[in-house]
This record gives sequence, structure tokens and C-alpha cells, in this order.
Amino acid sequence: MARVGIIGIGHGEFGRRSDATVQELAFEAYREAIHDAQVDPADIDGTVIGSVPEYHKQRSLPGVVQEYLGLNPKPTWLTEVACASGSAAIRTAWMGIGSGAHKMMAVIGCQKMTELATPEILALMGRVGEVQWESVFGTTFPAYYALFAQSHMHEFGTKREQLLQVAVKNHYYGARNPNALFQKEITIEKALASDPVSDPFQVYDCCANADGAACVILASEEIAKKAKGPVVWLDGMACSTASMSVLRRPNLTGLPSAEEASRIAYEMAGVGPKDIKVAEVHDCFTIAEIMAYEDLGFCERGAGGKFIEEKQSYIGGSTPVNVDGGLKSKGHPIGATGVSMTVEIAKQLRGEAGERQVPDADVGLTHNVGGIGQYCFVQVLRRD
Amino acid sequence: MFKWFGKVNFSPYTKVTDFADHLKDGHLMASKCKQCGQESFPPKADCSKCLSGEFEFTEYDGQATLLSFTKIHAAPTGFEDTVPYTVGVVDLKDGGRLLAWFGESIAESDIKIGMDLQVVPQIFEEIKDIKVYYSLEKPGTTWSKV
Ligand SMILES: [Zn+2]
Repeated sequence: MARVGIIGIGHGEFGRRSDATVQELAFEAYREAIHDAQVDPADIDGTVIGSVPEYHKQRSLPGVVQEYLGLNPKPTWLTEVACASGSAAIRTAWMGIGSGAHKMMAVIGCQKMTELATPEILALMGRVGEVQWESVFGTTFPAYYALFAQSHMHEFGTKREQLLQVAVKNHYYGARNPNALFQKEITIEKALASDPVSDPFQVYDCCANADGAACVILASEEIAKKAKGPVVWLDGMACSTASMSVLRRPNLTGLPSAEEASRIAYEMAGVGPKDIKVAEVHDCFTIAEIMAYEDLGFCERGAGGKFIEEKQSYIGGSTPVNVDGGLKSKGHPIGATGVSMTVEIAKQLRGEAGERQVPDADVGLTHNVGGIGQYCFVQVLRRD
Repeated sequence: MFKWFGKVNFSPYTKVTDFADHLKDGHLMASKCKQCGQESFPPKADCSKCLSGEFEFTEYDGQATLLSFTKIHAAPTGFEDTVPYTVGVVDLKDGGRLLAWFGESIAESDIKIGMDLQVVPQIFEEIKDIKVYYSLEKPGTTWSKV
């Protein structure tokens, strides 16, 4: 398939955005990406929106966003795979441009979650589990990852403190990211004093619901090569699935969808885990990041706890991970998350990440999980 | 009537609706494909192996071991009055898995991954229309019809 490049990136502020509608959030990220790409909006020949529709009062989001961007009559549509909806949007545009059907597309991940009350969100998210046999027992989203955590701790001896060290790292970097929801550092002691959510998780093991948007402008190789600014190439693009029900998973210590997607993405890009200089992984809960280290091959299976304890995922370690603060401190506007990850890696590969810049980053990775691993999208990105 | 299954039921319509009737009578049923014999728990009406839509129920004895568990403190809508509650995922000896609450026969401090458990059919006594579920109990616990 023809190469597809990212020629523009934009990222809005994540948080409780009671000041804006979802289309206004989308516009913030879009405007920044258009300015960054230095292109004429008239050259955008289609828009793909990554979002999870049930959180919005507005039905059929792409229409209202496309109108607000002023891009009628160009086509638009939505992709939905829970928390991986943003990466699905990028994949859809990548296919659209790679096939020759489009030349330049805007991909916008956007989500307004705070239109709903917290119990409603808990109920909605719990139903990312299988509703016929699991949700009838009152399962929640944190509960599923807590089942993974308990299993991982039992199988590999992963310690409670190691889980929280993930949160400490991500808050450390989030404190250095002006777009993050929480821009302050935390300590293990503070995290251990927070309210229980679903054992062993406490509040600080969990990411926060947020509103926000991110945007990338993708272009064909021909157009990207003439771009005014730097180009980052989408060289490994993979996605994979696992059963909706945890009852049909091989084990509760990793995500088979992430193992499979990363295997394919590495192969497509002709790289291995050791070549990844910086990664954005899906840390909706602390255990999710530890499982990601293992699923992506940054360390051996079962060694994820030791990996964070030894600070291997800090800048200066073997694979810096979530040095923008991750979902943990950026917040998790679910449809926007995947695009936000790609924006951050593009920024790193362009050398524009400021005080959280990973030196000599030439190859980066994103790992965006939908639900509890039902879907996983992995991208390998490379700078020019 | 599958709407009997669970305190809050999200999917009352299913081709395996008789599962709830069997559970009310004290039987834990898996599905078995009439064409290729593939068994499934949770039960399925359709076989993803041979694509047949013909199935029958086969009884499982409910002996199980604990794969993982968590105590839920923050509940979703519909479960606010029962929080906190502990759910476990078990491997059934006969095959497949299920997720359920721990019953009163097990003290919280005794819950350990790998422990032997017995899945026992249950009826919500406080709910007027018949509502059935199953719970995780000490091995040897039996269900007796009210
Ligand atoms: Zn069959």
C-alpha cells in the first residue's frame, strides 16, 4: 500500500470542558492542525470522526462537526470501537488515502463525556463487558481491569506498589504537559490513601473521564513529500480483536489483541520492540500499562512490575512510555484518546515535545485499546 | 423466561431463554451443538464452529476453581443498594467460565485465587417476580428448592 503521512497535528485542552460543545472542542484541535500543516481547508477531501456516540445528546456527530468545520459538501463518517475509536478513525483515513479514494483527510477524535452523570457513565462503561452474562452482576469498567490486576499479581507476583508506580510516573510527566487534565505530581502514599474503587484499585489507579479533542491531517505520499512542515509516516498500522466476554479469554494476565496487533505492526514497519524510542500506551488503569509493556514486547511476560520499578519506562530507560502523562493524567475523552496518542508521538518524532522530549526519537509507537481489550490498534510511526 | 436472570437484566430476549427456567429448577445448563457436539458455557444457540443453529442443553455440575475476583466499591446504576459486592470469575470443571457474586458460605478473608468453589443456583427472595442467578459457594454446598 502507498505510504501515508501525517502533515499536521492539533491538540485541544483535555478536562471538564463545561465551556464548549463537542463541535467546538473538535474545532480547537482542527484549527491547530490546519495551521500546523499550512494547508488550505478546501484541499481536505474528507473527514473521519472517532467518537463514542452514546455519550452525546447530539445524535449522528459527524454531521454537526462537518458543518461546524465548514467542510460541507465533503464526505464525513464516524468510527466506533469504544476507547479505540480515535485510532480506528486514523486507520480508516489511512485506508482511504492508501487506496487512492482520498488525497488529504482530517481525522478528529472528539468526546464530550461530562454531559452525563458519573453513575450513568459507570453503567455505560460497565456494559463494555458482555451484558447477557456479566453485567447482570453489576460489573464495572474498573472491575474488569481489577480482575486482570488480581490475576497478574497472583501469577507473577506483581506488587501493589508497582501498580501505583505507573500512576506516579504518569503524573510526573502530566505535570509537564499543558494539555493535561491533572498537572500535578502524586506520591505512592497519597495514592494509597485514596478511596477504593474495585480491589485492588483505588482512585489513583484509574484515569479520569474528560472532554477533549485531537486532530491529525493525513496526506498521500505525493502530497506529503511537498508539505511545508515536517512529515511523520504511518508505517505500521495494525488492529486486532479479542472476545467481548472475559469468560472467553485465554487468561486474565494480558490482552491477546494487543499481542497480535503489535506483532503485525512491527512486521509491517520492519522493526522490533527494541527499535521503539518512545511509546504511548493505553493506561486507563495502572495494570493496563504494565500489561502493555509485556504485550508489546518491551519486557518479558510477567516482568512488567519490575520494568516500572526499575524506571525503564521513564525518559532515560529502555522504552519511555506515556511521557505526556498518559490517559492517567491527561484524562480519557474516549473517542479523542487514540488521536491524542498519535499527535503526541508525532510531536516526539518531530523533536517538539519540550521538556518531555525523548532524545533522538526516530521511531515511535501507539497502543490504543478499546474496551477491555476487545479491540486493539497499534501504530508504528517514523519520522522523515 | 430469560428476563428472570439477574437482578438487572439487559437482554431479556435470547434463543437460550430456557436457561433461566432450568436454573429456577436447580440445574446449571451449558449448550451443546446438535451437529458437531461443541459445548459452550455461557450457553450459545448458534455454533461458530459448524454454523449449526440446533442446540440442546446439557447439565454441568458447577464444580469450579477461582480464576480472579474483585470487590466492587463504586457501583453502576441499579446496584447502588448492594455495594460493596465481590464478583469472581471461575473456571468450570466441565468447561467454560462464569462470573458471579460470592455467596454467604464464604468469608471475604478466605477468598483466594485457585480455590475450589461450587456454583449454586439461587433465587432473589426479595424480588416478587421470579428472579434467578447463581452464586459462588463452598464445595459441597447444595441448592434446595424453596
Ligand atoms: Zn457445531
